[in-house]
Amino acid sequence: MRRPAHGLIVLALLAGAPAAADGIAAGERRSGSDFMAPETQAMQADDTSNPGMLWVVQGAGLWEQGAGASGLSCAGCHGAAADSMRGVAARYPALDAASGKPVDLTGRINQCRTVRQGASALVRESNELLALTTFVAHQSRGMPISPPSDPGLDAYRAAGRELFTTRMGQLDLSCANCHDDNWRGRLAGSAVTQAHPTGYPLYRLEWQGVGSLQRRMRNCMIGVRAEPFAAGSDAFIALELYLMQRAAGMAIETPGVRP
Amino acid sequence: MTRSLVSVPGTARRGDIVDVRAMIAHPMETGYRMGPNGVAIPRRIITRFVCTYGGEEVFAAAFFPAVSANPFVSFSLVATESGTVGFAWTDDEGQTETASAEIVVS
Repeated sequence: MRRPAHGLIVLALLAGAPAAADGIAAGERRSGSDFMAPETQAMQADDTSNPGMLWVVQGAGLWEQGAGASGLSCAGCHGAAADSMRGVAARYPALDAASGKPVDLTGRINQCRTVRQGASALVRESNELLALTTFVAHQSRGMPISPPSDPGLDAYRAAGRELFTTRMGQLDLSCANCHDDNWRGRLAGSAVTQAHPTGYPLYRLEWQGVGSLQRRMRNCMIGVRAEPFAAGSDAFIALELYLMQRAAGMAIETPGVRP
Repeated sequence: MTRSLVSVPGTARRGDIVDVRAMIAHPMETGYRMGPNGVAIPRRIITRFVCTYGGEEVFAAAFFPAVSANPFVSFSLVATESGTVGFAWTDDEGQTETASAEIVVS
């Protein structure tokens, strides 16, 4: 049986903007919040209406709370997050000296828990881990994304770029097909956007909760009917490395609000 | 751990109309959904929200399954006297979560 719908979707996606050679010109870069309705922008801008702040509040509580065999809290070593965590999220994923591999902010928090606090690792996408990550990333709000220039990261960043531009799934689409070449377009009424990870972890109205960048990428992969990478996998972290490089200089908005 | 965020202006002049906002983290599970194993997820929603000002109830709302998770309420009050603005959310199991904020009226 023929399935013409597949071809139609691809055609609809390709109609419109001309294809960019690599990425988006610096002057044309726009955060996802720029594509939102004014009401949603207002919701994000005001901390008393931004539901992501509920996770920031929870994270602030967890920051002070002892955990694990050591009974140490995050604050026990790092002190006030407003000072010690300022700008940290803007530099992640970063190279982990011990393993020689990049680690994302969530992975680093879990590493701190298991190695320094002697606590069990928190499950990715659990409320506690999201709250801690959101709280830490919130300390960098307004700061420009500044990916580390560590040469040890280059290979992983290149791998991330490779993943970004590789077609995958039954729809045979790469990230770049939409987010580099057709970001001006709309997909089923929703703005395609440029896929800059400026607001993560962010509150998505569709999720009715805060979720990570990896959850968002998982959504996209399911959308093109590819098998999503495992949570916390090297592939996701490589992609995140490339995305942060691609968005270098853009301001962090955590906690963002997205439709 | 309950997470709620309330916003009341710290100071106001007598007679001012002030904006009050209250938000609480809650799944507002409708009871109409099924889990991945095909078993119905039991209903769990906040059914009543009450705001008190100086101990007197000044605003109340009934919530139903159509209300989204992490419900947000915004309304206005007339600042009459300094005191505590209290907030209480009660769910179907009868459990109540509270929050409060102080307002100084001059």
